[in-house]
Amino acid sequence: MKIYVLVKEVPDTYGDRKLDLETGLADRAAGDVVLDEITERALEVALAYAAKNADTEVVALSMSPESSTASIRRALAIGAGSAVHIVDEQLRGADLSLTAQTLAAAIRRGEPDLVIAGNLSTDGSAGMIPAMLAEHLRWTQATALSAVEISAEGVTGTRAADAGTQQVTASLPAVISITEALPDARFPNFKGIMAAKKKPLEVLSLADLGVCADPADAPYAIMTTVAEKPPRAAGVKIVDDGDATSKLVEFLTQNRLV
Amino acid sequence: MMSYPEKSILVLVDIDPDGSAAGSTAALIGAASTIGTPVALIVGGTQEATDAVTAAGAQAVLTAAGDQTVLTVPIVDALQAAYQRVQPDAVLVSNSISGRDVAGRLAVREKLAVLVDAVGVSRDDEGILAHHSVYGGSFLTDSAATFGAPVITVRQGAVDARADAADPAVEELTVTASGMPAATAGEIAAEEKTSSRPELRGAAKVVSGGRGLGSKEKFELVEQLADALGAAVGASRAAVDAGYIPYAHQVGQTGVSVSPQLYIALGISGAIQHRAGMQTAKTIVAINKDGEAPIFDVADFGIVGDVFTIVPQLIEAIEARKK
Repeated sequence: MKIYVLVKEVPDTYGDRKLDLETGLADRAAGDVVLDEITERALEVALAYAAKNADTEVVALSMSPESSTASIRRALAIGAGSAVHIVDEQLRGADLSLTAQTLAAAIRRGEPDLVIAGNLSTDGSAGMIPAMLAEHLRWTQATALSAVEISAEGVTGTRAADAGTQQVTASLPAVISITEALPDARFPNFKGIMAAKKKPLEVLSLADLGVCADPADAPYAIMTTVAEKPPRAAGVKIVDDGDATSKLVEFLTQNRLV
Repeated sequence: MMSYPEKSILVLVDIDPDGSAAGSTAALIGAASTIGTPVALIVGGTQEATDAVTAAGAQAVLTAAGDQTVLTVPIVDALQAAYQRVQPDAVLVSNSISGRDVAGRLAVREKLAVLVDAVGVSRDDEGILAHHSVYGGSFLTDSAATFGAPVITVRQGAVDARADAADPAVEELTVTASGMPAATAGEIAAEEKTSSRPELRGAAKVVSGGRGLGSKEKFELVEQLADALGAAVGASRAAVDAGYIPYAHQVGQTGVSVSPQLYIALGISGAIQHRAGMQTAKTIVAINKDGEAPIFDVADFGIVGDVFTIVPQLIEAIEARKK
């Protein structure tokens, strides 16, 4: 089986994250960037299957700036067999529609049986790409899985739906997304890091994929304004020496919160 | 055949497993009413769902049968039929797990732009805008489609606008199945509701506990304060990872984002990851032993002290006020 895992480099949520106030785009220089944890978990789902099924090929697929090669190498170090990196200046600031169109083209080209993604990235948090890919590809889709069983025929799993959980079954080819309930990725060891340097990393442009990013062809989402909210100011801080509770009750009462 | 007004806004109502309209309905229709005429689509709903959208102010209602044994695709097919029938200025969908999938697929199918996780919508001379609060509320952005009707997902619990009850015409929609491959879906096992506590998402008050509570047993203190206040129960990721409370209660970048009137953080250090999910709360109260904890940087009222001393006193004081 051939499995594509969507991996994404994001600003580290444990640091300061900024939008560029001129362009509205993520300011990648403002803080550290990391491979999104949820995409590492998605990779782990594929690797766990590959560990039990020798004839499995795991490919990391990413659409990101040229600078994110290190994050893609990390996916290789964790265990992906190869990687596909879509880089194109025309993709700067791409919206969901163009992103889905581009990723779908790369998936068609690679012809995997299964695509695994995280359910929500920590930066855009749109959570929409897996369903959009299924629509482009005319494949089955099973999103928000908190437990996954992959077989040669298809995927079964537990879906964390809005009102509870449900069992779902999707035949292959399929696009699935997984939630944080699934295990963390294995940590890349020294051997993995060394091996990653030699693993194939294919770089593709929009032209390679036959995708035309023509703004007249289809509507795109554009950001019209961006503003930074002033940071929240700290209020009163008291050290409890016996009367803190009564002061808190007073504060809550004054603000009509009790 | 009835016709639909100009400036129609098509609203896809989320339907609960029992066929009723989901809690997000009134806010979705309320948001639609601020930019046009709300037309609601109900897929697989009961009469109760139709009554609910009527009460919420839908000016017209479309219904379709749906199929709960097939995931997502039947709803997309119905929404596509409704879109073609109504020719709306925008499509509003709840930013729920189901809603996101349906919205994304409709956008691909009808070649429409998607604007996601809006906390509000508005209309100006050039068309419809979606407003967003991103990176945990640190930035505010507006977005629009370059042309065509945008498909907009609306964050649950973010929109206060409500429309007056209406007297809509109800039309049964003819849906042609797309034949798209789809996953089969089993019955939804509702999460057990152990109390009458409010839902975390959209709650007016939230009491959250962190690693500082120390154990699953001691985490009950958080629940007791929540019950005294009529608040929902939240938790930091550390508390969830330690097994004090299920993941559904996690507040933060990963987990639920909340914007309540009152947020009380007990024994939570306030890692940036957690703050991203709660810093848009109107009033924040924090109690923590560590005076250097970053949660105090965003707290309106902070107490450096022991939750096990202060919270029982607080519960007592609140209960005393109720009498």
